[in-house]
Amino acid sequence: MFDLSGKNALVTGASGGIGGEIAKALHAAGATVGLSGTRVEPLEALAAELGERAHVLPCNLGDAEAVEALPKQAVEAMGSVDILVNNAGITRDNLFMRMSDEEWAQVLDINLTSTFRLCRGVLRGMMKARWGRIVNISSIVGATGNPGQGNYAAAKAGMVGMSKSLAYEVAARGITVNAIAPGFIATAMTDKLNDKQKEAILTQIPAGRMGNPEEIAAAALYLASNEAGYVTGTTIHVNGGMAML
Amino acid sequence: MSDVAERVKKIVVEHLGVEEDKVTENASFIDDLGADSLDTVELVMAFEEEFGIEIPDDAAETIQTFGDAVKFISEAS
Repeated sequence: MFDLSGKNALVTGASGGIGGEIAKALHAAGATVGLSGTRVEPLEALAAELGERAHVLPCNLGDAEAVEALPKQAVEAMGSVDILVNNAGITRDNLFMRMSDEEWAQVLDINLTSTFRLCRGVLRGMMKARWGRIVNISSIVGATGNPGQGNYAAAKAGMVGMSKSLAYEVAARGITVNAIAPGFIATAMTDKLNDKQKEAILTQIPAGRMGNPEEIAAAALYLASNEAGYVTGTTIHVNGGMAML
Repeated sequence: MSDVAERVKKIVVEHLGVEEDKVTENASFIDDLGADSLDTVELVMAFEEEFGIEIPDDAAETIQTFGDAVKFISEAS
């Protein structure tokens, strides 16, 4: 149903579970994809798996200059950035009372500030093209909070407010800005939880299971499509009913 | 009218969809020509491209009228 032929998509965190699936879904719909991430090996592996229309664009999102350069590198490699998926994220969990300034700053920097910079970096091209799709991967904890994740929840909630503000500014230019808030998805990030934690989480999920990265990718594909042109400033919650927002 | 002014006028007319005779020396993009704040950003982007110059943000803020734009670009290019 969704055809992204001729569109160029930049996906951050493409070396991770969700980002990799998003890149695959956009690619399968015909888009050329720029795969960004810090770890080159999994990016190369994904690019090899995808074959044509895949470019590896390594970037450390903690490095402001590298972040500024990424949209330009993506344009050099692909010709334009029509779709931006800000998926990269890190966690530095700690109880609020014990959280260091560094843990706070790292998470805000990489999860929120780099998203801001990348959005800003791709807008010029999208404005000229009168077409653009920005999809920011937030999190359920941005809406519900989560003990031990004051920094992460703040960054993820921040992405939602930022997306809405930007959505207002550029809506008349054919650019949409939306967020996706995944619940608990089976990835390396949630693998860090022990069995007891996982069991406790499952009791709170009406669907009775963790989600798959493919289920996030499907939402991203929709938001990136032409068909979603009238959807902007919203957050799609993909969480098995864990929080019905 | 100078060559720069002609080219600037063409961009303004195309971008804002206004009549050419409305684009006068003192015509304000926002107050007289119906631009919103994002339009002014786009105009600056278009000027940069047309004339191959960089217009820094603090300078862009001073470009309020057609005359301002012509003056700035004439001096910069």
